[in-house]
Amino acid sequence: MTTTSTKHLEFEKRASKALRGGGEKAIQRQIAMGKLTARDRIHALLDAHSFYEYDLFVEHRCRDFDMDKKVLPGDGVITGTGTISKHPVCIYAQDFTVAGGSLGQMHARKITKIMDHAIKLGIPIIGINDSGGARIQEGVDSLAGYGEIFFRNTAASGVVPQISVILGPCAGGAVYSPALTDFVFVVDRISKMFITGPEVIKTVLGEEVSMEELGGARVQSEISGNAHFFAHNEVECFHQIKRLVTYIPWNNTKRADPYPPAPPKARYNIEGIIPSVPTKPYDVREIVRAVCDNSDFLEVQEHWAANVITGFARLNGGTVGIVGNQPLVLAGVLDVDSSDKAARFIRFCDAFNIPLITFVDIPGYLPGVDQEHDGVIRHGAKILYAYSEATVPKVTVILRKAYGGGYIAMCSRHLGADFVFAWPTAEIAVMGPEGAANIIFKDEIAASPSPEAVRRQKVAEYTEKFANPYVAAASGHIDAVIAPAETRKILIHALQMTAEKKEARQTKKHGIPPF
Amino acid sequence: MTEKPLLRSLEINDRIYETFHTKKYERRQPYVATDPKKLRCVIPGVILKIHAHASKKVIRGEPVMVLEAMKMQNDILSPVDGKVKRVLVKPGQMVVKGELLIEYE
Repeated sequence: MTTTSTKHLEFEKRASKALRGGGEKAIQRQIAMGKLTARDRIHALLDAHSFYEYDLFVEHRCRDFDMDKKVLPGDGVITGTGTISKHPVCIYAQDFTVAGGSLGQMHARKITKIMDHAIKLGIPIIGINDSGGARIQEGVDSLAGYGEIFFRNTAASGVVPQISVILGPCAGGAVYSPALTDFVFVVDRISKMFITGPEVIKTVLGEEVSMEELGGARVQSEISGNAHFFAHNEVECFHQIKRLVTYIPWNNTKRADPYPPAPPKARYNIEGIIPSVPTKPYDVREIVRAVCDNSDFLEVQEHWAANVITGFARLNGGTVGIVGNQPLVLAGVLDVDSSDKAARFIRFCDAFNIPLITFVDIPGYLPGVDQEHDGVIRHGAKILYAYSEATVPKVTVILRKAYGGGYIAMCSRHLGADFVFAWPTAEIAVMGPEGAANIIFKDEIAASPSPEAVRRQKVAEYTEKFANPYVAAASGHIDAVIAPAETRKILIHALQMTAEKKEARQTKKHGIPPF
Repeated sequence: MTEKPLLRSLEINDRIYETFHTKKYERRQPYVATDPKKLRCVIPGVILKIHAHASKKVIRGEPVMVLEAMKMQNDILSPVDGKVKRVLVKPGQMVVKGELLIEYE
């Protein structure tokens, strides 16, 4: 008995020491920076009492630079399993209080071990990043650690959902693990991501920039598009993650858990959203909210490339991925960034068995030298690829304009949509009436003594004849013209019909999307 | 999250739409054609040596200066045959991307 209790005491002593992380002083510094500690973050994110930690007693193996005399509890990272709203997840959180959360060989091994678990168990992996970077004392072993993490991020891609949470610095090579994952969460004034920091930029280029301006949360969620969710504080961030987890399945062999169906909120009146003047803007998210369960729409990359919207909602209890042109921003055009944004989201949904609903109101592609030189051809091709490749149920609703290449790109029948519906306000045509009339009747307009009057007349004629859904309906390119009020019912019906959809594709190792 | 932008216009295929612009769209720079009489820096770095000088005749492919960038010493070659009008940088000077290095006559 004495021996057993001594052994228990020894265990408690060791555990309580390891659980203190970098010690009281380091913890106070972490708190002073407005950050939670790694362990508190895990507890805040997971269901109460659901977290079990592994590899608490892992020790680093560095013998150089007097490192053998240093003890780094847990080697600066906490790993384990737990649940979020009863959904199982694997999780790791870098502990900035231990050697600045620096990544050494064993730190990396703990991460790769929990990632391997996630892949094998078929459950999502969540990584909380808060690290000064590679542990320089461990040299190339620390680089090897990063590489092994990236390799697993790629292996896990499309197998289990991967979520990265940036709650501190994430710089240099470290940024590439989040970049390879499906969703990146950032918090204002806490998250900092960059390849080369302000110091290096100043030395090499003489340019002065703050960390915040270079790679802060706002920059990553508004300018670069590296981040998917922006929060004002850590608590809001955890709330966003909890919401996301409920919309996505555990792995690529499952569907997202169904929820009790709920009607949209009464205040969203679908009939009154689209203005009668075709050049006036409206917020397409109002249409989404007027259609989906409980008017609940979880927007992904809300602040970046806002001319297209992406996000998750539920229809009759089942998760759907929403893609839509946003007339409120840049008239809802497709451009370099919005093509990237939509394509990535479509591929996530396809990989994880989430049906795609596309709302179309697109005037075309954004004109400009900068767009052409930035490769709008190459980027625009990604959206064609992603939609064509996707075999999940694809249902398209054309709300208003569907012109030219934009019409094709937005999940048209030709790219494999299962159902294409159009509202009576839809205009499915090769381009807008003004552009079309100016080209088709160019000579007639030029030869006329009153060209402006002729031009206006021709525009009116073209509008009358082609700016409607019936030309496309006559060719069977769309399946039905529907009343806006019927939209939700018809979408639910379409999803019911496509629930067991099977679509064969050519056998291949993998396609070659225009990255 | 951002300050409320103003409703602007955007012309696509002869139709003018009312819409908001993005920050990126607002920051666009108008396109300027490359001037063959101006040699600009393509990568930031430090000028180490200058071989060219005003009124010197150079031929296409001739090294006109050495630029150290990313720990490499790069020979900057003249993109054209011509006579140098001015050299706008000095050895030891730090240069940024796009900076004018040499003007030809």
